[in-house]
Amino acid sequence: MGNSIEVKDLTLNFGSVSVLKNMNLDVKEGEFVVLLGPSGCGKSTLLNCLAGLLDITDGQIWIKGKNVTWAEPSERGIGMVFQSYALYPQMTVRGNLSFGLKNAKVPQPEIDKRIARAAEILQIQPLLDRKPAALSGGQRQRVAIGRALVRDVDVFLFDEPLSNLDAKLRSELRVEIKRLHNQLGNTMVYVTHDQIEALTLADRIAVMKGGVIQQLAGPQEIYNRPSNLFVAGFIGSPSMNFLSGKTVDGGKTFVFGDHRIDLAGYDGGAVLERDQAILGVRPEHVTVSSSAPAGPSIPAVVEIDENLGADSLLWLKAGTKDICVRVPVEGRLPAGTKVHLGLDIAKASLFDTKTEQRI
Amino acid sequence: MSVTSEAERGRITSADRPRAGWRRNISAKIAAIPMIATTLVVFVGGTIWTVVYSFTDSKLLPRLRWVGLDQYDRLWSNSRWLVSIENLLFYGVMSLIFTVVMGFILAVLMDQKIRYEDTFRTIMLYPFALSFIVTGLVWQWILNPDFGVQGIVRSWGWESFTFDPLHSPETVLYGLLIAGLWQGTGFVMCLMLAGLRGIDEDIWKAARVDGIPTWKTYVVVIIPMMRAVFVTTLVIVASGIIRLYDLVVAMTSGGPGGNASQVPAMYVYDYMFQAQNLGQGFAASTMMLLSVLIVLIPWAYLEFGGKKHG
Amino acid sequence: MADAAIAMTGPRGAKPKKALSPRNIMLYGILILVCVYYLLPLYVMVMTSLKGMPEVRLGNIFSPPVEITFEPWVKAWATACTGLNCDGLSRGFWNSVLITVPSVILSIIIASVNGYALINWKFKGSEVFFTILIFGSFIPYQIMLYPIVILLREAGIYGTLGGLVIVHTIFGMPILTLLFRNYFSSIPEELFKAARVDGAGFWGIYFRIMLPMSLPIFVVALILQVTGIWNDFLFGVVFTKPDLYPMTVQLNNIVNSVQGVKEYNVNMAATLLTGLVPLIVYFVSGKLFVRGIAAGAVKG
Repeated sequence: MGNSIEVKDLTLNFGSVSVLKNMNLDVKEGEFVVLLGPSGCGKSTLLNCLAGLLDITDGQIWIKGKNVTWAEPSERGIGMVFQSYALYPQMTVRGNLSFGLKNAKVPQPEIDKRIARAAEILQIQPLLDRKPAALSGGQRQRVAIGRALVRDVDVFLFDEPLSNLDAKLRSELRVEIKRLHNQLGNTMVYVTHDQIEALTLADRIAVMKGGVIQQLAGPQEIYNRPSNLFVAGFIGSPSMNFLSGKTVDGGKTFVFGDHRIDLAGYDGGAVLERDQAILGVRPEHVTVSSSAPAGPSIPAVVEIDENLGADSLLWLKAGTKDICVRVPVEGRLPAGTKVHLGLDIAKASLFDTKTEQRI
Repeated sequence: MSVTSEAERGRITSADRPRAGWRRNISAKIAAIPMIATTLVVFVGGTIWTVVYSFTDSKLLPRLRWVGLDQYDRLWSNSRWLVSIENLLFYGVMSLIFTVVMGFILAVLMDQKIRYEDTFRTIMLYPFALSFIVTGLVWQWILNPDFGVQGIVRSWGWESFTFDPLHSPETVLYGLLIAGLWQGTGFVMCLMLAGLRGIDEDIWKAARVDGIPTWKTYVVVIIPMMRAVFVTTLVIVASGIIRLYDLVVAMTSGGPGGNASQVPAMYVYDYMFQAQNLGQGFAASTMMLLSVLIVLIPWAYLEFGGKKHG
Repeated sequence: MADAAIAMTGPRGAKPKKALSPRNIMLYGILILVCVYYLLPLYVMVMTSLKGMPEVRLGNIFSPPVEITFEPWVKAWATACTGLNCDGLSRGFWNSVLITVPSVILSIIIASVNGYALINWKFKGSEVFFTILIFGSFIPYQIMLYPIVILLREAGIYGTLGGLVIVHTIFGMPILTLLFRNYFSSIPEELFKAARVDGAGFWGIYFRIMLPMSLPIFVVALILQVTGIWNDFLFGVVFTKPDLYPMTVQLNNIVNSVQGVKEYNVNMAATLLTGLVPLIVYFVSGKLFVRGIAAGAVKG
């Protein structure tokens, strides 16, 4: 399988402001790539560049083996779905679906055929003669997806398509998009700031910040082995616990305050001795026990207990450091309880404080 | 395997982009030609042209014989111009104060969730749809000393009653003001009402919870919040006042007594198109521009200066 | 919408449970008084224009006519004299129609395309031109009058209706462009992007997407321009010849002409006739007129 989209050394400046910096990204055919990041990270900008809605400053964009760097949006073989649906309000659903095809001078029988197919896939046949104003949010977004579908293209671009929907509809349509991807096998590039969407939908996630891709990997890899502090902190809710300290004993032990933590079993590169390092552990990778275990452990006091229904979050204080732990509901503890914390080093991440990169 | 040439694969620099430069968005640029021509030729070009020729001794036809500031010397020693400026200042200040104060008060009254709001607004605003000529002529007739207000009061038996503003140099500006306010206050009321309606409803709730009386809420909270509306209104009204011309033509033709109600716009028109003394007209219109800039530049600076790309 | 919003919020003063509370009597009293002041001139115009001259001389301007006559209207329309000729206001009316119709159409077309280009097809310098345009709307016309006279003379259209149409188009451009630009900027940009992905170009998007979505703002612009151009006096005087004078100029010449006996009833009929077109536009358009004039106050 070849690459469906290739971004080569893409740079975009708005005046003197650099928005995308020398970016490279390959998307394989049929792959679902999610661009994830906080607002202002350039993820939507990158998508707009792929669509040809923004002219880039430098670099190249290839789609399906064709250099489309200078091509008009309609010539790129892409379909696009927008956050605000962007349906033409004065046209019926059918008019919305056929507008692009008519511009491309597709013959009418072919248009009818494609609309019928899209309507069937998305189950919007009864809505075809309605105006967008008469549709619900979920129906509108279906039509918006349909508009990309009828174009009969291999690449779909989604610009935060679910952000305007309420939580329930969002999770329904999320599943539907996944199903659509399985069914059609198209290449999809999907922009979102919602990590749940990213983790559930993506084959690979590109975490972005400041116009640069911080990490490009599968969801599990990103979650378990974040390549730097930013990715580690951005992915996961509640956020990863970060302990600042140093490594000693030739990299075998992490020292945090008065506590010594054995790094045996750490899944990463050579730790070495470092004056400054940060140990990141996710809330579910911290164990809580009421009695001190055999090895070294961190004593802490429960401050707040947040019941989430399926499980519970304990907010603890270890000295002056706040630590969050996810425990099963049966493991809930009242505030004030003194406990000992153990860390699952095999699933922890160690970062160099200066470079912020994972070790 | 598709084979692509090295050049095609190579980096593209902005220097050799085919769509770079003037050919990008070509339709948009063609469509914008009228706008570009208007701004460059008429607004910028025309203004500069007039300012430049105000330093010449152009009479019947414009000609480039420089006389320095002679036209301005002559302008500022011409009693008619001085009267025009005085009149404009007086009319302008009075008109600004009255339209804004009355406009605001009317807007507050309209904002008391009254019934028939649309009817009241329709009545207060209709004069604004009329031209200054029509406005001026109606009020000229109402203020007619023989048949108008003065005549009626006298016919009631008060023989000495005098109300004839348009025929006395001391009061003629008040006559203009009556008509001008009638025409323009409704407009200001609408702007103010829009401003009042734009204020967050929660402010009113907070004021009520805090037990602040309504009138005090207006003075202490609402008016400061409407600063932008007031400033914009002042700028719009002021730039209209500087152009004041039609109303004077219709009501007094600049009289009585020759030039008691002269205004700068009239001076410009007369010297440019009647007295065939273009240089004076140019100098006078340049002074008008200057006075507008004095109003406009601080405003533009306040409104747009601080928040670029905002 | 406004009603609902107001109904929801108690804090706007006490609810008028008693229709005749002192507060309400004051409030409505003042408003009604103000309305009388505003309506008075219209009333006087109508009354005077329906009286014969002898009655005008005898009675007061506020009393209704004893004997209604339409003769002043006929005279104002067909035979009233300016200094030069005696064919009434009808000539000015038709001149104004010939000036207003093309000016309105041309200025709205140009300004709407400007606004659209400024929002969706920004090019280098487009914002600069817009800023100059807005500044231009505040510059006194007087400073640009003579250069325009020269330009029109060079083009051979000085003193023609065509020349005046161009002048109106130029000076209507700032406010209308602002109006359209603000309106188009409220249309989601994603709609424009979607249309580009669908392969529509500059004019395709303008005609197929923007125009059908913007009919209300075109009506607002229409109202703004019809009243504005109809009411113009200065440009009419400067850029046309006497036999092409628009209605306002002719009206002023009739009423303020020094020759002959003053016929106040004819004058008021003429004044009313001149004000009729904008008044009809105003009363028919209702709230859209308010929206149009408020456009000048909307920041860009």
